[in-house]
Amino acid sequence: MSELVAGPHTRAPLSLPTLMRQVLLAAAPATAFGVWLYGWPALNLLLITLVTVVAAEAACLRAAGRPVRSGVGDSSALVAGWILAMSLPPWAPWWIGVIGGLLAVILGKGVFGGTGQNLFNPAMVARVALLIAFPVEMTRWVEPAPLGSATAPGFLESLGITFAGAADWDAVTGATTLDTARTAVTEGQSIETALPEAYQPALALLGYAPGSLAEGSALLLALGGLYLIYRRVIAWEIPVVMLATLALLASAFHLIDPDRYADAGVHILAGSTLLAAFFIATDPTTSPATTLGRAVFAAGCALIVWVVRTYGGYPEATAFAVLLMNAFTPLIDHWIRPRVYGRTRLGAPLSTDREGP
Amino acid sequence: MLLSKPKIIRGGVRTESRKQSTAEAPLEPLRAGQRLYVSLAQHIGAPALPAVAPGQDVAKGQCIGTPEAGLSAAVHAPTSGRVVAIDRHPAPHPSGLTVPTVIIEPDGEERWAPQLPDPMTAPAGQLDPTAIATRVAEAGIVGMGGAAFPAAVKLGAGQPVATLILNGGECEPYLTCDDRLMRERAAGIIDGAQLMARALGAERTAIGVEDNKPEAIHALRRATDALGGPDVVPVPSLWPQGSEKHLIYTLTGREVPAGARAADIGVVVHNVGTAYAVHRAARHGRPLISRPITVGGGAVAEPTNFEVPLGLPLQALLEAAGGLREDPARVLAGGPMMGQVAPLEAGVAKGTNGVIALTAAEIREAEGRPCIRCGRCVDACPMGLMPFEIANRAAAGDVDGAAASGLMDCLTCGSCAYVCPSARPLVQLFHHARGQRAEQAAAKERSELQRRMAEQRAERQRREQERKKAAAAARRRQRAQQKAAGGDSESPAQEQPQNEEKETQT
Ligand code: SF4
Ligand code: SF4
Repeated sequence: MSELVAGPHTRAPLSLPTLMRQVLLAAAPATAFGVWLYGWPALNLLLITLVTVVAAEAACLRAAGRPVRSGVGDSSALVAGWILAMSLPPWAPWWIGVIGGLLAVILGKGVFGGTGQNLFNPAMVARVALLIAFPVEMTRWVEPAPLGSATAPGFLESLGITFAGAADWDAVTGATTLDTARTAVTEGQSIETALPEAYQPALALLGYAPGSLAEGSALLLALGGLYLIYRRVIAWEIPVVMLATLALLASAFHLIDPDRYADAGVHILAGSTLLAAFFIATDPTTSPATTLGRAVFAAGCALIVWVVRTYGGYPEATAFAVLLMNAFTPLIDHWIRPRVYGRTRLGAPLSTDREGP
Repeated sequence: MLLSKPKIIRGGVRTESRKQSTAEAPLEPLRAGQRLYVSLAQHIGAPALPAVAPGQDVAKGQCIGTPEAGLSAAVHAPTSGRVVAIDRHPAPHPSGLTVPTVIIEPDGEERWAPQLPDPMTAPAGQLDPTAIATRVAEAGIVGMGGAAFPAAVKLGAGQPVATLILNGGECEPYLTCDDRLMRERAAGIIDGAQLMARALGAERTAIGVEDNKPEAIHALRRATDALGGPDVVPVPSLWPQGSEKHLIYTLTGREVPAGARAADIGVVVHNVGTAYAVHRAARHGRPLISRPITVGGGAVAEPTNFEVPLGLPLQALLEAAGGLREDPARVLAGGPMMGQVAPLEAGVAKGTNGVIALTAAEIREAEGRPCIRCGRCVDACPMGLMPFEIANRAAAGDVDGAAASGLMDCLTCGSCAYVCPSARPLVQLFHHARGQRAEQAAAKERSELQRRMAEQRAERQRREQERKKAAAAARRRQRAQQKAAGGDSESPAQEQPQNEEKETQT
């Protein structure tokens, strides 16, 4: 490599560690709400996951012979762990956090060669792997029991729930909105009549419903997401196109048969749609590098989410959608590229006598 | 073919302009100091040939370097004094390589040479186009926006030119010397533009000025109103708006085809400083011996603008700007986007538009991290390239792959590296890959040459053999004839092979 210093001799202030920390900052309100909503066990799970990813990242870096301090310091593993924790059932036992964290870092990133090399979103790799391996623990949801309320477990009790599986599950279990919707359709009921019991748009907006640790609060997730767009941390095309496509699809089918197809509100406010649109599909490494490519990617995500939710049996539509589209990212980047100045789309030089490109 | 509304270029970055400290500083003429280091290679192309000898007295404006054949430019004495040496000296270039330099000790008298050409007084429209181009060549004018391409070559290229564009972009952070020139000498710039338009036979002329220079736009408009001159078009302040290709796109909506030159689509672009130099050469008979420069950067005590005699060492400029208030992390010739680390003893060249002493905080040097494929560089690239892909291939040593990804289309404008959150040394990787490519091409050429030479040698040897055989046959025939004739002289036949041996050795 050349010893000479080349320009530019100054740079934009946004560096990789700041970028990652901005994501954490944006995810914090929704996470804090989740911790409040589901109590101390949720906080335990979050902390366990974070400690695990940091330790695993350090081990991976050491094994790869890379500088441990700067690698961990870029916070990318922390982001993967944090987003994974947000998508876990809030009262999951400690080992879910540990195994999930290890999977996210080692399977999600390490084996590909570390930061920037992975094909799939590490948090979603872990989430889907956990779901396949531990379907029971991964689909056990609790009714909201906000800190300070009568039903909330105390701190010591929470340690029992996290570390010894001490929850009396029959007393606390709830069904998520999308579960209710799916059950209604399979039982031949109309979605519209089945939903209102579990689903109220206002509560869904706040996230006051059984669900993952921090997927629920549409309002706070959107707030964090808009902040990330404003700070130019994430590409706006992904959330905008993904949400718009999903809303369009859902509305079109809902219009045709309201009994069988949930409306756009349910699709966007319930489940992990907003978390995926703002925090997961926007992962720079695993999404395309061009504006058009990102739009195609986001539309693909939305389509898969809608299909899996409508026709599939799995609850984790967004995780599957993102992973599937991740696999297409290299292809999208190969085929969808900007036109080079002075060249045609196919790469041949423009002719000198043609007016304009 | 000029547009009524400027087109916005794709990509580009909004850099922090950091121009506040010098934008209000008028161009202050700086006198030649102790010694001037006037390089004979201040332009793209072959260095000029020295026209003076050590010990010789020179007058201000006297030609001290005549252009070499081909692409080259004349060099003149920036002041009167004595040539103390003609030697190699560092230039404002990072390679550390020295260039042939005329070292002048000024006598302080600023005595003009008597044989300067007469001012051209007729209106531009009545002047002979060739005479203008000749005058520009004689004055040693080169592109003053940094590229230092001999200006006369672009004026007299012979290709029909429909549009002349004047570049008042100056989108590098810190630099304000063109801004000052436009504010202070608008009439001269407009006159220079008209002279160049005349030389080119251009039908239309436009001046693109970044919209963050309202005073410059105002001054130029006043001058064009008075002189009936070209349009002054505000263009967005965006790096690299001042790139020739992008200014052309903004003002005409056309792209310069890959591998072609602007002239191929009937456009020629000159910097506003060049236009002013043309005005001076034509109207006042002055060769190019000084230029406006911004001295700035956080490490400089009193950032300002100077009109500097060529050859003044960068060190002297920093001192004239109040010296350094702290140790700079880097001193550049040019702006921070495309400027180059320069040795302080190097003399100001015709293409040097700034001396910028940056503090570490301004450089924001960051630890290089792996590429996260975030695509920021793709969004920033004004050429429509995917810089991370080129860089990844270059880093892996895949030079052909890098070329396939557009390595040779890259302007090395630095937009991609500017925005990269991982602080990837993108431009450095591009330079490196280009170097490798050039080396490969040179090696290929060398081996091709060797192959051709070997072929030629083999061919020569074959011919030689044939000649020998033919000679031997001739001798045999001769001997046979002699025998038949009963002759006894054998000596000529013995001489022959000796001669042949000698021949093959040579
Ligand atoms: S901006 Fe930097 S990190 Fe992002 S894709 Fe380009 S090279 Fe990679
Ligand atoms: S340096 Fe080259 S690759 Fe980077 S932005 Fe400029 S033109 Fe594009």
